[in-house]
Amino acid sequence: MIQFSWERFWAYFQKETKQIVRDPSTFLIAFVLPLLMIFIFGYGVSLDAKEVPLGILLEDTAPTSRSLINAFLGTPYFETRTGYDRTALLEDLTAGRLRGIITIPLDFSKNILRGTPAPLQILLDGSEPNTARFVLNYATGVVSNWNVQQILERTSSYIMPISPEPRVWFNPDLNSREVLLPGSIATIMSLIGTLLTALVVAREWERGTMEAMMSTPIRIQEMFLAKLLPYFLLGLGSMTLCVSLSIFLFGVPFRGSFFVLLFATSLFLLGSLGLGLLISSATRNQFVASQISIMTGFLPSFILSGFLFEITSMPWPIQALTYIFPPRYFVTLIQSSFLSETPKELLLPNLGALAIIAAVFLIFAAMKTVKRLD
Amino acid sequence: MVGHPQTAIQVKNLTKTFPGMEKPALEDINATLRPGIITGLVGPDAAGKTTLIRLMAGLLLPTTGHIKMLGFDTHMDASSIHDITGYMPQKFGLYEDLTVFENLELYAKLHGIKGDKKKDVFEKMFHFTSLKPFVDRLAGNLSGGMKQKLGLACALLSEPKVLLLDEPSVGVDPLSRRELWQMVQDLIHQGITVVWSTSYLDEADQCEEVLLLNEGKLLFYGPPQELTRRVQHHVFQMDVPPEKRRLVLSHLLSRPGIIDGVIQGNKIRLVCSPTFPQSSKDPAWHSIKPRFEDAFVDILGGGPGGTSVLADHIPHKKTSGMSSIQANHLTKKFGDFTAADNISFSIKRGEIFGLLGPNGAGKSTIFKMLCGLLQPTHGKALVSGLDLKTATSEARSHIGYMAQKFSLYGDLSVKENLNFFSGVYGLFGQSRQEKINQMISIFDLNPYLNSNAGLLPLGFKQRLALACAVMHEPDVLFLDEPTSGVDPITRREFWNHINGMVEKGITIMVTTHFMEEAEYCDRIALIYGGKNIATGTPDELKESVRSKTTPNPTLEDAFIKLIEHSDVYKKERGGE
Repeated sequence: MIQFSWERFWAYFQKETKQIVRDPSTFLIAFVLPLLMIFIFGYGVSLDAKEVPLGILLEDTAPTSRSLINAFLGTPYFETRTGYDRTALLEDLTAGRLRGIITIPLDFSKNILRGTPAPLQILLDGSEPNTARFVLNYATGVVSNWNVQQILERTSSYIMPISPEPRVWFNPDLNSREVLLPGSIATIMSLIGTLLTALVVAREWERGTMEAMMSTPIRIQEMFLAKLLPYFLLGLGSMTLCVSLSIFLFGVPFRGSFFVLLFATSLFLLGSLGLGLLISSATRNQFVASQISIMTGFLPSFILSGFLFEITSMPWPIQALTYIFPPRYFVTLIQSSFLSETPKELLLPNLGALAIIAAVFLIFAAMKTVKRLD
Repeated sequence: MVGHPQTAIQVKNLTKTFPGMEKPALEDINATLRPGIITGLVGPDAAGKTTLIRLMAGLLLPTTGHIKMLGFDTHMDASSIHDITGYMPQKFGLYEDLTVFENLELYAKLHGIKGDKKKDVFEKMFHFTSLKPFVDRLAGNLSGGMKQKLGLACALLSEPKVLLLDEPSVGVDPLSRRELWQMVQDLIHQGITVVWSTSYLDEADQCEEVLLLNEGKLLFYGPPQELTRRVQHHVFQMDVPPEKRRLVLSHLLSRPGIIDGVIQGNKIRLVCSPTFPQSSKDPAWHSIKPRFEDAFVDILGGGPGGTSVLADHIPHKKTSGMSSIQANHLTKKFGDFTAADNISFSIKRGEIFGLLGPNGAGKSTIFKMLCGLLQPTHGKALVSGLDLKTATSEARSHIGYMAQKFSLYGDLSVKENLNFFSGVYGLFGQSRQEKINQMISIFDLNPYLNSNAGLLPLGFKQRLALACAVMHEPDVLFLDEPTSGVDPITRREFWNHINGMVEKGITIMVTTHFMEEAEYCDRIALIYGGKNIATGTPDELKESVRSKTTPNPTLEDAFIKLIEHSDVYKKERGGE
């Protein structure tokens, strides 16, 4: 084996660093892109439904009906609007201005006073099934609460047979941001990790500098390491930015270990950067390389990582596919680092998987980086 | 391990085949290159020049055969090759976002040069390239000539024994080319072996030996004079009235036995075959000393003849009336920088007008203002009497434009390119289809109709680009370095069409770095530092620099002298 020269490595490393500092696009990718995405995920994306517009069609205006309406007005989950014109409300439902309509029929309070069951119609917009399901569940919940209250008001001695005591672990408020933000960091990191290195080797090919470098005594290992290291450090910088923003700006609690997070990030970055180098060396074209990076880096981390879409509810071939993409493991590690001390049962298998994937990509990338043109 | 002292590079039974290609890029090449001389590597496009240089640099592996550089095999001892050779690839291999100094330093460190030695070598390089005042400038902000010098300096830092230069002078102006040539001459005196690949045949003429490649085969290897001798006594020059020169040339080229002919100002240069009957020679023909290019065209089977089918299909335009292109006090400023300073000239119908000047002189800026791509800061540009500012689209319909990189869509097929450009220029229906079919038959594009334009052989790319530019029968054709990097045969074919079109009354405006191309012009404006420093016919420009030391100036001499005598040049050099 030819001797490794730290001097040549250092020279190439310095060159690469200077280029990073001078090239605004690297900074754009490493710092502006994550900033943007963190803001989108932090402020824009929420899986919690709040203030869903709901219409109540009042055909009956007796005090009993009023009391039911007040129950709906009292919950933060609905923004309730009452009306007497059926056609107008139906139009709003069709146009998507309302997500559901509750009709209180003419004989509603009469039936209740009489003690016979009083039917209540709930109309839903099925074009958004998740919201429809949410409206149905909450509306039913509001109604049964109201029912219980009515019973209690009349017979003070009534005792409920079952009383559930829910307690939520890791995220007591069921605040989706606390899970989404850490998960989105994995997406951000896989995009920038791959994109950063995917462009650099291709750029040297396009500008003809690669050819000139190949005819100098630099060894392929020196070049490879000197290309990897600056972007690795840059990647850690972006990660620090993302994590700090999540904690300090969005107030996501961090309960785990920074050391575990750093270790997981390092392994994940090595894999992403390796994939980027592999793409770059194989395509030798910046445009193609960036397209492929988005396909292989961003999309799987978005769809197959389990941070937005539950992996267990995917069909098995897709589930199998999630195992070969590193974001799946990284998402688990980040989310668990934020929400609690990462348990051993999660820690070792996920870190191991990341290490194996990183090694595979790096080996392939190193094999593809040859000191020849053909 | 060191080979015979009379051998620097040995190429033996070398064949290189790329996967997916039918024909080998290089086939059974044998040559023994001597040390301490410049060996020129010449040939038409796709001859295999770059492949051979890359094989020498150890960047490609031979399919069969081998190359030994000073005794080291390029396959087995690739890393030793990298220690003893300096290689300058086509784009110079510079990092444009690093400064001159940082580029040099990177190469120094990669070659393990440090301490006092580094200081010495840097001093030497700065002296050698006169780049010292620019050490802190980003390489990307250097002019073409300076980039080329810096590229050379980077390749030379390690004091290599062999220097490989791949078309170092493409796209570089004559002034910088001459400086580079002198720099390399100095290296020869220090005992370095140089391989210089070039498509400029005047450079080949000055090499001690040349390797002439064509379609991957070695056609000739030896001193250029030996090749030139083959056409001795068969090269002639004749005076012609300037207004008739294109017609005369076209007639002459159609005669059997005439191998090659070009316009040189008010003269026509001809190469005849040895069998050309003595009796049919005109007494006005003077026998002259042959040059390498004459022999080059001869060995490749002669030029493309003298007729242009394209021109035959173009109806005569009215040649009378007002001037075709007019520049009135054109000035363009970019911030504080004046790229074009009060430029005025007018071009008659049916005239070829050349814009010449070093890189960064402002040619392109003037050119772009005249075809409506840039708005002048002051002044007016008129095409066929129409102001480009107010009647932009009407004026543009009179213009055809062909750029250096052949403004084609590489991912579209030949047919699709023709369809697209005809549509853009407003042709439609029956006449559009007729025009497209006409272009296909004129330029012989039929076999390539469904191939992507990007994959065409260079000659066909050029034909297609020209076809796309003239389909709408423009009055004025703008050519921006139309034959840069193109071999002499393809260039002759191109100028046949241009000459034919001019005879039909079309006006041509051309920028070029090739002095040979400039000789075809009726008039030339020499641009330097944003100013028009000289205007005249090629012969007038040559005449203006005639002196005792240069009794027979070439157009290149004129170019260099006029620039050196200009105020801008004196101020720039004096300021350093």
